Amino acid sequence: MAQSEQEILAGLADIVNEETGLDTDSVQMDKSFTEDLDIDSLSMMTIVVNAEDKFGVKIPDEEVKNLVTVGDAVKFIGANQS
Amino acid sequence: MTTDRRVVVTGLGATTPLGGTVPATWEALLAGKPGARTLTEEWVSTYDLPVTFAARLAQPASEVLSKVEIRRMDPNAQYAVIAAREAWADAGAPEVDPARLGVAVGTGIGGVWTLLDQWDTLRERGVRRVYPLAVPMLMPNSASGNVSLALGARAGAHCTVSACASGAESMGTGYEMIRTGRADLVVAGGTEGAIHPICFAGFAQMQALSTRNDSPETASRPYDTTRDGFVMGEGAGVIVLEAEEHARARGARIYAEFAGIGMSSDAHHITAPEPEGAGASRAMVEALESAGLAPQDIVHINAHATSTPVGDIAESNAIRRAFGADADQMAVSATKSMTGHLLGAAGALEGVFTILAVHHRLAPATINITDFDPAIELDVIRGEHRALPSGDIAALNNSFGFGGHNVAFTVKSV
Repeated sequence: MAQSEQEILAGLADIVNEETGLDTDSVQMDKSFTEDLDIDSLSMMTIVVNAEDKFGVKIPDEEVKNLVTVGDAVKFIGANQS
Repeated sequence: MTTDRRVVVTGLGATTPLGGTVPATWEALLAGKPGARTLTEEWVSTYDLPVTFAARLAQPASEVLSKVEIRRMDPNAQYAVIAAREAWADAGAPEVDPARLGVAVGTGIGGVWTLLDQWDTLRERGVRRVYPLAVPMLMPNSASGNVSLALGARAGAHCTVSACASGAESMGTGYEMIRTGRADLVVAGGTEGAIHPICFAGFAQMQALSTRNDSPETASRPYDTTRDGFVMGEGAGVIVLEAEEHARARGARIYAEFAGIGMSSDAHHITAPEPEGAGASRAMVEALESAGLAPQDIVHINAHATSTPVGDIAESNAIRRAFGADADQMAVSATKSMTGHLLGAAGALEGVFTILAVHHRLAPATINITDFDPAIELDVIRGEHRALPSGDIAALNNSFGFGGHNVAFTVKSV
């Protein structure tokens, strides 16, 4: 069942918070994972794997580099949820 | 740059089975409080371990560090960071060029919890679930790397690995970095977070651990005739070493001078100490000679004394071999009777105790001796802690590790 973008954003913000300690409010659609949120590639891998579990999607490794902003990830998850 | 500078101690930090800080630990140590308790973890019964107690941290790391720090560091590095932050604050968090600030934090075992948790994860949940930080969490230099990150230290971050001599050897590494001009300050010590069932199983199979399960508090009993092995402990001890002129220039409080270091290796057996103590005594003699000290200057020894039947006698023999009749004047403390054996952190924590003993002129007692072993030819402080003389004094810290590592260092009053 597909979730709304707001629901996915909130869920993703929780994952980011758990891994990095960043405040969930700082995880906004237009924020870049690396430039704005200072998330390194190791943390990004954990976030991706946890997002796969939470949202029931597959995020291939080669797709991760295209997920520049939080919005990119939210849209990818929304489009690929079954 | 001068290459033979005097090195002093200006900060102390520790998290131990006796307390979450140096003051709490020292107070419990002088009060003679043992840190060992019966373990309540489920794995003790799951694996039917022959030893059911250990000396865990008095203050869990989760009460000190953030949730993210706990998640991204193995207990091994967590404890080091806690102790390093305390030591750094205790030194007055000095303003220093990062390129002149170094780190030397050793460990005996490293990130064993992470290694085995992640192995379980791989087998049970597959490769995608293995934590990307698994390797940087399990590597033995994780603690020194994380301490360098926490303090912004860029003169080099080192990790000596010499089993139960690691912590002492790291302090020696830090001392050499400053003495030879590579750094002005070094945050140095040791850490261990290895109270894991595999370590119990391994040490128990060696017959190295006390099995006094009905009385954990009295199980660590160095120099007692009924001693039957060591008690596993965990924690970290860290000191701030500083070039004397640097410390004087900024008006720092100086605990003591870190005066000299001696090291040797037995090449005798992978775990058993060489019974006559030839290698250990050479390390002790060198620790004095490199400091310009004579045996008559040493008023106190913090002994390695793990409470194993052969180890305690071998060290006693080594002390006699090194100092002869002068050893009569050296008040000996076996603080593992209270802290348990912190493995790679042991020499570092005992280094903190040796420094405090010289600073406060107070040597801790050894507890749990009810029947003193007549084979031990040392003046072991029993019952109450003992005042050390006024005037110029010096003390010796001994640490030995599996692999035949012998590390001794000396501390002088200032």
